[in-house]
Amino acid sequence: MGRQATRVTVNGKAYARVVDARLTLADFLRHELNFTGTHLGCEHGVCGACTVLVDGHSARSCLMFAVQTNDCEVTTVEGLAPDGKLSVLQQAFMDNHGLQCGFCTPGMLITLTELLRDNPEPNEQDVREALTGNLCRCTGYAGIVRAALDAAQRLRGAAES
Amino acid sequence: MKPAPFDYHAPRQLKEATELLAKLPNAKILAGGQSLVPMMNFRYVIADHLVDLGGLQELRGITVADDRLRIGAMTRQRDLEFSADIAKHCPLMTEALRHIGHRQTRNRGTIGGSLAHADPAAELPAICAAHDATIHVASVRGVREIRFRDFATGFMTTALQPDEVVAAVELPIWPAGHGHGFHEFARRHGDFALAGSAALLDVGPDNIVRKAALTLFGVAASPLRVDAAEARLTGQPLDANAIRTAAASAWLIEPISDIHASGEYRRHLAQVLSLRALNDAARRAGMQA
Repeated sequence: MGRQATRVTVNGKAYARVVDARLTLADFLRHELNFTGTHLGCEHGVCGACTVLVDGHSARSCLMFAVQTNDCEVTTVEGLAPDGKLSVLQQAFMDNHGLQCGFCTPGMLITLTELLRDNPEPNEQDVREALTGNLCRCTGYAGIVRAALDAAQRLRGAAES
Repeated sequence: MKPAPFDYHAPRQLKEATELLAKLPNAKILAGGQSLVPMMNFRYVIADHLVDLGGLQELRGITVADDRLRIGAMTRQRDLEFSADIAKHCPLMTEALRHIGHRQTRNRGTIGGSLAHADPAAELPAICAAHDATIHVASVRGVREIRFRDFATGFMTTALQPDEVVAAVELPIWPAGHGHGFHEFARRHGDFALAGSAALLDVGPDNIVRKAALTLFGVAASPLRVDAAEARLTGQPLDANAIRTAAASAWLIEPISDIHASGEYRRHLAQVLSLRALNDAARRAGMQA
């Protein structure tokens, strides 16, 4: 019951699979395609660890079925550093102690990648509001907020030079 | 895999969707999925068929005509949040949207899904109550229009039949220059509101209130219009005292108690938030102090 063919582009590469309709996008990414950078915390849309970009918009991959992304483009945390070179935001996380255990980090990075793309000059309030959908139990968010603001500044500097 | 197995259907047209809903037993409609999928993951909802409306372009979009705002049911909360038409004609909705969940959920969540789900603490049903919206509902029998007050029939319950689907929402536009106010209280930004209040005021150049709407949500099974407050304000000069008296009529409600808050606390919140919402609305409507 409920098998379905689906074609999806993940981090620039096209995949075609036949999957159970009830397979969530998160489980599809992790178990079928081995993009295990997408982490699953709560599996009911509260913690934000599984956040990915679907056609450029952040979404909780535990609240989507893989079949819904037919003909869509998905970006996971692996897609942020395609050649193994950290993105500006990832480097800023490293430099500002934006992570400790790292479980929430993939979701944080995706959410903030979207924020910095849409709003290159966020203030602290903008960053904190963007992060309301992502839970972190280690850092107290201070390092994450600092990293986001630092990355925004670095990206603006790179755009100017 | 957490949800129980189901068959997935992705119609491309509304007609196809209603035909599927008419013939499939125990089918659920998938709109944005931000409430349905968690319920499926918990197996609170077990459906044999899921009809995904994501491919129905005809249910998307915002149009303005004849003093009415028409919003397709599959218009995402994100698109409403950034719509210039909504900001211009229904600024109350723009303000309310920022309180709905988080960016990631607003990117997926739809207005039709929010209405059909009918959570008592949800913002968009409250805005529909405030604006006396009409819900357009489609099935194989055609389209029928339901006034919001007849649509929301109880706790997470609507007048929708199992084979019906919300197609569009129509909101009468308030006159240009009207004032709006929206306040809610939640323990964290994006959480379900313990209580909230939405106010609309249309004030004449003589400072007389021509029209008032005060709506509470999160305090009862569905959004609640405070008739007493509206009656006190309408036709009267607008001043601080009138606003205080109107907000105080929120005292008349008998809110629900649950594990999140007592009814008494919700009643207190209803008054405080109504005062704030009415003050914002009065200021924006150009109240002459």
